[in-house]
Amino acid sequence: MKIFEKIGTRLILTVSFTVIVIISVFAYFNIKSHSDNLISEVERHANQLSETVKNTMQFDMLLNNREHIARVIKTVAKEEGIKYIRILNKKGEIIYSTDSTQLGLMLDKKAESCYACHSENEPLQKLSIIERTRIFKLHSDSSSTLGVINPIYNEQSCWSADCHAHTSEQTVLGVLDITVNLKEVERLTNNSKMDVALFAIISIIVIAIILRILVNILIQKPVRELLQATNYVAVGNLSHRINSSRKDEIGQLSDSFDNMIVKLSEARMQLFQSDKMASIGRLAAGVAHEINNPLTGVLTYSSFLLKRVKNNPEMKADLEVIVRETKRSREIVKGLLDFSRQSTPKKGSIEIAEVIDNTIAVISNQLKINHITLEKNYGKNIPQIMADFNQIQQVFLNLIINSIDAIGKTGGTISISTKEIFLSPYGTFQIRTATCQNGHSLMDEKHKIDGLPSIKLKAKYAKNEGFIHLNPIYGNHQHHYGIQFKEDEIIHLFCPQCGVTLVDENKTTPTCGAPIYYLTIPDNGKVEGCTKFNCNWQRWDVVDSAGDIKFVEIKLSDTGSGIEPKYLSKIFEPFYSTKGQKGTGLGLSVIWGIINNHKGKISVDSTLNEETTFTIHLPVGYE
Amino acid sequence: MNKKYDILVIDDEEVIINAINMIAKFNEYTTASAKNPTEALNLLNESTFNLIITDIMMPKMDGFQFLEILKQKKIKTPMIMTTGYSTLENAVKALNYGAIAFIPKPFTFEELTSVFKRGIEYSKISNKLFSRRISEDLLSIIPCPPKYYRLGFDSWMNEEFEGTVKIGVTDLFLNSIGSLGSIDLMSVDENIYQGNTALKIVDSNEYIHQVLSPISGKIVSVNQKILENINLLAKDPYFEGWIYKIIPFSLISETNNLTTCSLDI
Repeated sequence: MKIFEKIGTRLILTVSFTVIVIISVFAYFNIKSHSDNLISEVERHANQLSETVKNTMQFDMLLNNREHIARVIKTVAKEEGIKYIRILNKKGEIIYSTDSTQLGLMLDKKAESCYACHSENEPLQKLSIIERTRIFKLHSDSSSTLGVINPIYNEQSCWSADCHAHTSEQTVLGVLDITVNLKEVERLTNNSKMDVALFAIISIIVIAIILRILVNILIQKPVRELLQATNYVAVGNLSHRINSSRKDEIGQLSDSFDNMIVKLSEARMQLFQSDKMASIGRLAAGVAHEINNPLTGVLTYSSFLLKRVKNNPEMKADLEVIVRETKRSREIVKGLLDFSRQSTPKKGSIEIAEVIDNTIAVISNQLKINHITLEKNYGKNIPQIMADFNQIQQVFLNLIINSIDAIGKTGGTISISTKEIFLSPYGTFQIRTATCQNGHSLMDEKHKIDGLPSIKLKAKYAKNEGFIHLNPIYGNHQHHYGIQFKEDEIIHLFCPQCGVTLVDENKTTPTCGAPIYYLTIPDNGKVEGCTKFNCNWQRWDVVDSAGDIKFVEIKLSDTGSGIEPKYLSKIFEPFYSTKGQKGTGLGLSVIWGIINNHKGKISVDSTLNEETTFTIHLPVGYE
Repeated sequence: MNKKYDILVIDDEEVIINAINMIAKFNEYTTASAKNPTEALNLLNESTFNLIITDIMMPKMDGFQFLEILKQKKIKTPMIMTTGYSTLENAVKALNYGAIAFIPKPFTFEELTSVFKRGIEYSKISNKLFSRRISEDLLSIIPCPPKYYRLGFDSWMNEEFEGTVKIGVTDLFLNSIGSLGSIDLMSVDENIYQGNTALKIVDSNEYIHQVLSPISGKIVSVNQKILENINLLAKDPYFEGWIYKIIPFSLISETNNLTTCSLDI
């Protein structure tokens, strides 16, 4: 990935740009006000100075003591920052100046110093304090200059003085012009500009570093983990989990990813199961066809010969062997075909003890060779179950072979027991019909969960709207969510058809205290559940009070090597094998598939080097 | 043209044709053979046959397609189907398509002979039925009653009120056997499966005829009267002559594989 394509880089660039803009705007106003303050301070100072000079000179002017005036100006002008001081008469002639070269020069009314009063090309009589100052540059490359003009007005003492230099009609007699250099002000302003620029650079660097770290922790690391996980899954490792401990959006994504992999591996397991059955079916079909044809030749000719040699007992006996053994081969091939057809179960009512005994008969030889004692403990009056005899036989065959392998050559015990048990309908009973309070069906035949029609509800959370498909097995909580929400918050549920609410605000769950939702089950009461979907509370009074469901429980234990606890959850996955080269890793996944097809459950419990027990529950009333 | 044979043998394997021919000859049937359905159709143009025995799985055209062509050509020669891929589905399908018998490979001399006997007998019966040349012949094949379902011409089933199903053997099957010797039934609590052998009838010549079950289920009751008097079977095959009462496993889906008797009359 190019560096500009990275989220971190993009984020840092965007934030830096924003910071620069903000700091620039801030600095502009800050520096401007700072420099305005400085200038007004200088202005005030210059005005004061100008007024002081004027007042100082008034007496000298009245006496027409020109030398004295010139000396005062020169002395004052020595003060630092003052560029020059000059006095102009009414005609614009410079009559006093600290710069002696300017003496006697006539100033144009459009000149910088006169502009304030003569901007309209007309003489101005009065000038307010603010208007007296102006800032200008003599040359474009020189520093700015502040000029203060102070008009010298005509007063009674002026026209009544002995020199009679002025008449009483005149208003303004001349102008005192003080020019102050703003170099210092500019230097200070530039300094603060530099400070701001430095501040901006430092803050951008600091923000970039912080962002970089944050992006790394919050985004890059989890994204890399996710990426790695997808790669693992892509190459077929469906047991990889992210197991993120984060609670934010990316944590949710990771959890959802983990969940997806679980579902994916389950789906693959089922797919694999049917795929395997289909390919074995094709193989068996091919083999059966190929073997049955030559067998037909053998069987017809041998049975025909048998017919013709009725009078030859010796030959008859030999031929009978051929016919008998060919018939046996016929049964074997038939068995192969029966096995291949197991993908479409042929359910019949079966006696579980009979299936187990049949299985044991098949492998009694192996048990003997491995010095294995078999203990049978069948319960009395075990009801018959609706199941496929062959499939259930395959389950026990696989389980017993596994046990034999686990025990090894040293010998041991395999014990099989059966009994009738009753299990709570919770987690087993299917909700087949559900409606809203207005009688609209909530069942969704198209959207299936674990192969069963789901219950479709309209859901609202904050401003989000969507659908939630509930798992139709009472007590199962693998729902399908078509809406984003926080798990520990209340979701509002409605009928998708009429929009009536399914939530009863007045009733709360005994577990978390959130309001309940309820589904009406025609003729069967109500199913209630929690509107917080992280709370797995459900209640179906009618079914709960009707009592438990009858199951046949089969336990198969062996004293073999056992299974390590960390592998216990994996052993029903396809391709998982502890037998190395010896096993295909398919036996237990096939078993799982068969038991699942019969709506039963299989679980395993193991203590290393002591005992392993498989427990199977098959429902009695299932068709 | 106008050559007449008893049996047309169709199979893509030489050894099977030879074996079938040999058994046919021993029973004094004349045969002609074809290695594929196309060849067989040519033979059918030139000659007439009383019976056809064909393999199902053959290259290019299978037995079912062949049967379909015969139906289109209105050739009504009874057909026996056989295959090495002898699944229950194939058995049910063959009988449903109109084959008079299904015999899975490999078979013995006796098994094939029984089927041949029944096939030739069936052929005679149907010839009489369709031509009615001998009107004075007391030919009375009782059709199976409406609301019954049948699996080919082997067996019938009828749903009773209590959720049980009665099954029995069709009159045509019984007639094609000829004289009944004894009957070999299964016992209560055993399971029978659609397309599998449900009972065996032994004729007076000791040939064993297998009847395929129309439906799967658990046998709850066996008609004892049949065991006492086998002639009851021929006398009233659809009512008093029922064989088993069963609890069906999947009645609805399996009924779809059967032929309704309502259209027979």
